Amino acid sequence: MNNMPALLKEIQALEFTAVDLNLYLDTHPQDQAALRYFYTVRDELLNHIQAFEQKYGPLTAAGDARTDCWQWVECPWPWEIEYD
Amino acid sequence: MWMYEKKLEYPVRVYKNDLGMAKYLLAQYGGPDSELSAAVRYLTQRYTMPTNKAKGLLTDIGTEEMAHWEIVATMIYKLVKGLPAQQLRKAGLGAYFAQHDRALYPADAAGVPWTAAYIQATGDPVADLTEDMAAEQKARTAYEHLIQLTDDPGIKDTLKFLREREVVHFQRFGEALNDVQAMMAAKKYY
Repeated sequence: MNNMPALLKEIQALEFTAVDLNLYLDTHPQDQAALRYFYTVRDELLNHIQAFEQKYGPLTAAGDARTDCWQWVECPWPWEIEYD
Repeated sequence: MWMYEKKLEYPVRVYKNDLGMAKYLLAQYGGPDSELSAAVRYLTQRYTMPTNKAKGLLTDIGTEEMAHWEIVATMIYKLVKGLPAQQLRKAGLGAYFAQHDRALYPADAAGVPWTAAYIQATGDPVADLTEDMAAEQKARTAYEHLIQLTDDPGIKDTLKFLREREVVHFQRFGEALNDVQAMMAAKKYY
Protein backbone atom coordinates (compact mmCIF):
# COMPACT_ATOMS: atom_id res chain seq x y z
CA MET A 1 0.00 0.00 0.00
CA ASN A 2 3.09 2.26 0.25
CA ASN A 3 2.73 3.87 -3.16
CA MET A 4 -0.97 4.62 -2.65
CA PRO A 5 -0.70 8.22 -1.34
CA ALA A 6 1.69 9.15 -4.18
CA LEU A 7 -0.67 7.80 -6.86
CA LEU A 8 -3.61 9.46 -5.14
CA LYS A 9 -1.74 12.78 -5.24
CA GLU A 10 -1.34 12.45 -9.01
CA ILE A 11 -5.09 11.97 -9.30
CA GLN A 12 -5.68 14.93 -6.99
CA ALA A 13 -3.47 17.13 -9.18
CA LEU A 14 -5.23 16.07 -12.39
CA GLU A 15 -8.70 16.38 -10.91
CA PHE A 16 -7.91 19.76 -9.44
CA THR A 17 -6.90 20.95 -12.92
CA ALA A 18 -10.21 19.61 -14.26
CA VAL A 19 -12.21 21.33 -11.48
CA ASP A 20 -10.50 24.67 -12.06
CA LEU A 21 -11.01 24.44 -15.84
CA ASN A 22 -14.64 23.44 -15.22
CA LEU A 23 -15.27 26.70 -13.32
CA TYR A 24 -13.43 28.73 -15.97
CA LEU A 25 -15.50 27.09 -18.74
CA ASP A 26 -18.73 27.84 -16.84
CA THR A 27 -18.13 31.53 -17.52
CA HIS A 28 -16.11 31.11 -20.78
CA PRO A 29 -17.96 28.27 -22.55
CA GLN A 30 -16.67 29.26 -26.02
CA ASP A 31 -12.95 29.23 -25.14
CA GLN A 32 -11.64 26.57 -27.56
CA ALA A 33 -8.15 26.32 -26.02
CA ALA A 34 -9.62 25.78 -22.53
CA LEU A 35 -12.04 23.18 -23.93
CA ARG A 36 -9.20 21.24 -25.57
CA TYR A 37 -7.15 21.44 -22.35
CA PHE A 38 -10.13 20.23 -20.30
CA TYR A 39 -10.67 17.13 -22.47
CA THR A 40 -6.94 16.30 -22.48
CA VAL A 41 -6.83 16.47 -18.67
CA ARG A 42 -10.09 14.53 -18.40
CA ASP A 43 -8.73 11.64 -20.49
CA GLU A 44 -5.52 11.50 -18.47
CA LEU A 45 -7.52 11.64 -15.23
CA LEU A 46 -9.80 8.75 -16.26
CA ASN A 47 -6.76 6.62 -17.13
CA HIS A 48 -5.16 7.35 -13.75
CA ILE A 49 -8.40 6.59 -11.88
CA GLN A 50 -8.78 3.25 -13.67
CA ALA A 51 -5.19 2.24 -12.85
CA PHE A 52 -5.59 3.34 -9.23
CA GLU A 53 -8.89 1.54 -8.69
CA GLN A 54 -7.57 -1.77 -9.99
CA LYS A 55 -4.71 -1.60 -7.49
CA TYR A 56 -6.14 0.14 -4.42
CA GLY A 57 -9.93 -0.13 -4.61
CA PRO A 58 -12.76 2.09 -5.87
CA LEU A 59 -12.80 5.89 -5.62
CA THR A 60 -16.55 5.92 -6.22
CA ALA A 61 -19.02 3.20 -5.23
CA ALA A 62 -19.50 2.42 -8.94
CA GLY A 63 -15.73 2.50 -9.52
CA ASP A 64 -13.85 -0.03 -11.59
CA ALA A 65 -12.62 -2.48 -8.97
CA ARG A 66 -14.17 -5.90 -9.57
CA THR A 67 -13.19 -8.16 -6.72
CA ASP A 68 -14.88 -10.78 -4.59
CA CYS A 69 -15.64 -8.39 -1.77
CA TRP A 70 -17.15 -4.90 -1.48
CA GLN A 71 -13.89 -2.94 -1.27
CA TRP A 72 -15.71 0.41 -1.07
CA VAL A 73 -15.94 0.12 2.71
CA GLU A 74 -12.63 -1.65 3.23
CA CYS A 75 -9.98 0.68 1.80
CA PRO A 76 -9.07 3.78 3.86
CA TRP A 77 -11.38 6.80 4.10
CA PRO A 78 -10.03 10.22 3.00
CA TRP A 79 -9.56 11.60 6.51
CA GLU A 80 -7.57 8.51 7.56
CA ILE A 81 -4.93 8.63 4.83
CA GLU A 82 -1.42 9.74 5.86
CA TYR A 83 0.25 11.72 3.08
CA ASP A 84 4.06 12.06 2.78
CA MET B 1 -27.89 14.08 -7.39
CA TRP B 2 -24.38 13.86 -6.03
CA MET B 3 -21.88 11.00 -6.13
CA TYR B 4 -19.23 10.77 -3.44
CA GLU B 5 -15.62 10.48 -4.47
CA LYS B 6 -13.49 8.81 -1.83
CA LYS B 7 -10.62 11.27 -1.88
CA LEU B 8 -9.78 14.77 -0.66
CA GLU B 9 -9.52 17.57 -3.22
CA TYR B 10 -6.13 18.45 -1.69
CA PRO B 11 -3.92 16.45 0.71
CA VAL B 12 -4.01 17.21 4.44
CA ARG B 13 -0.77 16.83 6.36
CA VAL B 14 -0.35 17.53 10.07
CA TYR B 15 3.27 17.62 11.28
CA LYS B 16 3.02 19.25 14.70
CA ASN B 17 0.87 18.84 17.77
CA ASP B 18 -0.94 22.18 17.42
CA LEU B 19 -4.16 21.44 19.28
CA GLY B 20 -5.19 25.09 19.63
CA MET B 21 -5.38 25.22 15.85
CA ALA B 22 -8.16 22.60 15.85
CA LYS B 23 -10.30 25.08 17.77
CA TYR B 24 -9.51 28.00 15.44
CA LEU B 25 -10.15 25.90 12.33
CA LEU B 26 -13.75 25.44 13.51
CA ALA B 27 -14.26 29.02 12.20
CA GLN B 28 -14.10 27.64 8.66
CA TYR B 29 -15.97 24.43 9.53
CA GLY B 30 -19.12 25.81 11.21
CA GLY B 31 -18.67 29.59 11.40
CA PRO B 32 -20.49 32.39 9.49
CA ASP B 33 -18.03 32.41 6.57
CA SER B 34 -17.33 28.68 6.76
CA GLU B 35 -17.19 26.20 3.91
CA LEU B 36 -20.54 24.83 5.13
CA SER B 37 -22.15 28.27 4.76
CA ALA B 38 -20.63 28.60 1.30
CA ALA B 39 -21.92 25.21 0.11
CA VAL B 40 -25.47 25.74 1.43
CA ARG B 41 -25.55 29.35 0.15
CA TYR B 42 -24.57 28.53 -3.44
CA LEU B 43 -26.51 25.29 -3.74
CA THR B 44 -29.62 27.11 -2.46
CA GLN B 45 -29.28 30.19 -4.67
CA ARG B 46 -28.68 28.32 -7.94
CA TYR B 47 -32.33 27.41 -8.62
CA THR B 48 -33.46 30.99 -9.25
CA MET B 49 -30.49 32.17 -11.34
CA PRO B 50 -31.57 33.64 -14.71
CA THR B 51 -28.57 32.49 -16.80
CA ASN B 52 -27.24 29.01 -17.50
CA LYS B 53 -23.72 30.22 -16.71
CA ALA B 54 -24.78 31.29 -13.19
CA LYS B 55 -26.74 28.04 -12.60
CA GLY B 56 -23.70 26.01 -13.65
CA LEU B 57 -21.22 28.08 -11.68
CA LEU B 58 -23.23 28.01 -8.42
CA THR B 59 -23.71 24.23 -8.77
CA ASP B 60 -20.00 23.62 -9.40
CA ILE B 61 -18.61 26.03 -6.80
CA GLY B 62 -21.20 24.79 -4.25
CA THR B 63 -19.97 21.25 -4.91
CA GLU B 64 -16.32 22.30 -4.53
CA GLU B 65 -17.20 23.96 -1.19
CA MET B 66 -18.41 20.58 0.09
CA ALA B 67 -14.98 19.20 -0.78
CA HIS B 68 -13.40 22.11 1.15
CA TRP B 69 -15.67 21.38 4.11
CA GLU B 70 -14.29 17.83 4.10
CA ILE B 71 -10.71 19.17 3.96
CA VAL B 72 -11.27 21.43 7.00
CA ALA B 73 -12.93 18.52 8.85
CA THR B 74 -9.94 16.31 8.05
CA MET B 75 -7.49 18.88 9.47
CA ILE B 76 -9.48 19.08 12.72
CA TYR B 77 -9.91 15.29 12.87
CA LYS B 78 -6.16 14.74 12.48
CA LEU B 79 -5.24 17.45 15.00
CA VAL B 80 -7.40 16.01 17.82
CA LYS B 81 -7.01 12.32 16.98
CA GLY B 82 -5.93 10.17 19.90
CA LEU B 83 -5.26 13.05 22.29
CA PRO B 84 -6.51 12.72 25.87
CA ALA B 85 -9.39 14.87 27.17
CA GLN B 86 -7.08 16.72 29.58
CA GLN B 87 -4.94 17.95 26.70
CA LEU B 88 -8.02 19.07 24.78
CA ARG B 89 -9.12 20.97 27.88
CA LYS B 90 -5.75 22.79 28.11
CA ALA B 91 -6.14 23.88 24.47
CA GLY B 92 -9.53 25.44 25.20
CA LEU B 93 -11.53 22.53 23.81
CA GLY B 94 -12.91 21.31 27.18
CA ALA B 95 -16.44 22.61 26.54
CA TYR B 96 -16.38 21.20 23.02
CA PHE B 97 -15.22 17.79 24.31
CA ALA B 98 -17.95 17.75 26.99
CA GLN B 99 -20.65 18.07 24.34
CA HIS B 100 -19.13 16.43 21.25
CA ASP B 101 -16.04 14.40 22.25
CA ARG B 102 -13.92 14.36 19.05
CA ALA B 103 -16.93 14.40 16.70
CA LEU B 104 -17.00 16.97 13.88
CA TYR B 105 -19.95 19.10 15.05
CA PRO B 106 -20.59 22.22 12.91
CA ALA B 107 -19.94 25.04 15.36
CA ASP B 108 -17.61 28.03 15.11
CA ALA B 109 -14.35 28.63 16.99
CA ALA B 110 -16.31 30.05 19.95
CA GLY B 111 -18.70 27.07 20.07
CA VAL B 112 -21.69 28.79 18.41
CA PRO B 113 -23.61 26.22 16.35
CA TRP B 114 -23.93 26.74 12.59
CA THR B 115 -27.18 28.40 11.49
CA ALA B 116 -28.86 29.14 8.14
CA ALA B 117 -29.09 32.74 9.38
CA TYR B 118 -25.47 33.07 8.13
CA ILE B 119 -26.66 32.93 4.52
CA GLN B 120 -29.20 34.58 2.22
CA ALA B 121 -31.11 33.56 -0.88
CA THR B 122 -33.10 36.55 -2.13
CA GLY B 123 -34.23 35.35 -5.56
CA ASP B 124 -32.51 38.46 -6.95
CA PRO B 125 -29.45 37.34 -8.94
CA VAL B 126 -27.57 40.62 -8.52
CA ALA B 127 -28.10 40.61 -4.74
CA ASP B 128 -27.21 36.91 -4.44
CA LEU B 129 -24.08 37.03 -6.61
CA THR B 130 -22.89 40.17 -4.82
CA GLU B 131 -23.33 38.36 -1.48
CA ASP B 132 -21.35 35.44 -2.91
CA MET B 133 -18.46 37.71 -3.90
CA ALA B 134 -18.40 39.22 -0.41
CA ALA B 135 -18.55 35.74 1.13
CA GLU B 136 -15.48 34.65 -0.86
CA GLN B 137 -13.54 37.71 0.35
CA LYS B 138 -14.56 37.06 3.97
CA ALA B 139 -13.42 33.44 3.66
CA ARG B 140 -10.15 34.58 2.05
CA THR B 141 -9.37 36.89 4.96
CA ALA B 142 -10.37 34.19 7.49
CA TYR B 143 -7.82 31.84 5.88
CA GLU B 144 -5.17 34.57 6.07
CA HIS B 145 -5.88 34.90 9.81
CA LEU B 146 -5.67 31.12 10.25
CA ILE B 147 -2.35 30.93 8.34
CA GLN B 148 -0.91 33.48 10.80
CA LEU B 149 -2.08 31.39 13.78
CA THR B 150 -0.01 28.26 13.06
CA ASP B 151 3.59 27.35 12.27
CA ASP B 152 2.76 23.81 11.11
CA PRO B 153 3.97 23.70 7.47
CA GLY B 154 1.38 21.00 6.62
CA ILE B 155 -1.59 22.99 7.91
CA LYS B 156 -0.24 26.19 6.33
CA ASP B 157 0.07 24.46 2.95
CA THR B 158 -3.54 23.23 2.94
CA LEU B 159 -4.83 26.61 4.18
CA LYS B 160 -2.94 28.36 1.35
CA PHE B 161 -4.68 26.10 -1.16
CA LEU B 162 -8.09 26.92 0.34
CA ARG B 163 -7.29 30.64 0.42
CA GLU B 164 -6.40 30.60 -3.26
CA ARG B 165 -9.65 28.87 -4.18
CA GLU B 166 -11.60 31.75 -2.57
CA VAL B 167 -9.76 34.17 -4.88
CA VAL B 168 -10.65 32.09 -7.96
CA HIS B 169 -14.30 31.75 -6.88
CA PHE B 170 -14.52 35.53 -6.35
CA GLN B 171 -13.21 36.04 -9.90
CA ARG B 172 -15.72 33.57 -11.42
CA PHE B 173 -18.67 35.05 -9.48
CA GLY B 174 -17.69 38.50 -10.77
CA GLU B 175 -17.80 37.17 -14.34
CA ALA B 176 -21.21 35.57 -13.74
CA LEU B 177 -22.51 38.84 -12.26
CA ASN B 178 -21.30 40.82 -15.32
CA ASP B 179 -23.04 38.30 -17.55
CA VAL B 180 -26.33 38.57 -15.59
CA GLN B 181 -26.19 42.38 -15.68
CA ALA B 182 -25.47 42.40 -19.44
CA MET B 183 -28.51 40.17 -19.97
CA MET B 184 -30.71 42.43 -17.83
CA ALA B 185 -29.49 45.54 -19.68
CA ALA B 186 -30.14 43.92 -23.07
CA LYS B 187 -33.74 43.11 -22.10
CA LYS B 188 -34.57 46.82 -21.82
CA TYR B 189 -34.32 47.27 -25.59
CA TYR B 190 -37.09 44.79 -26.52
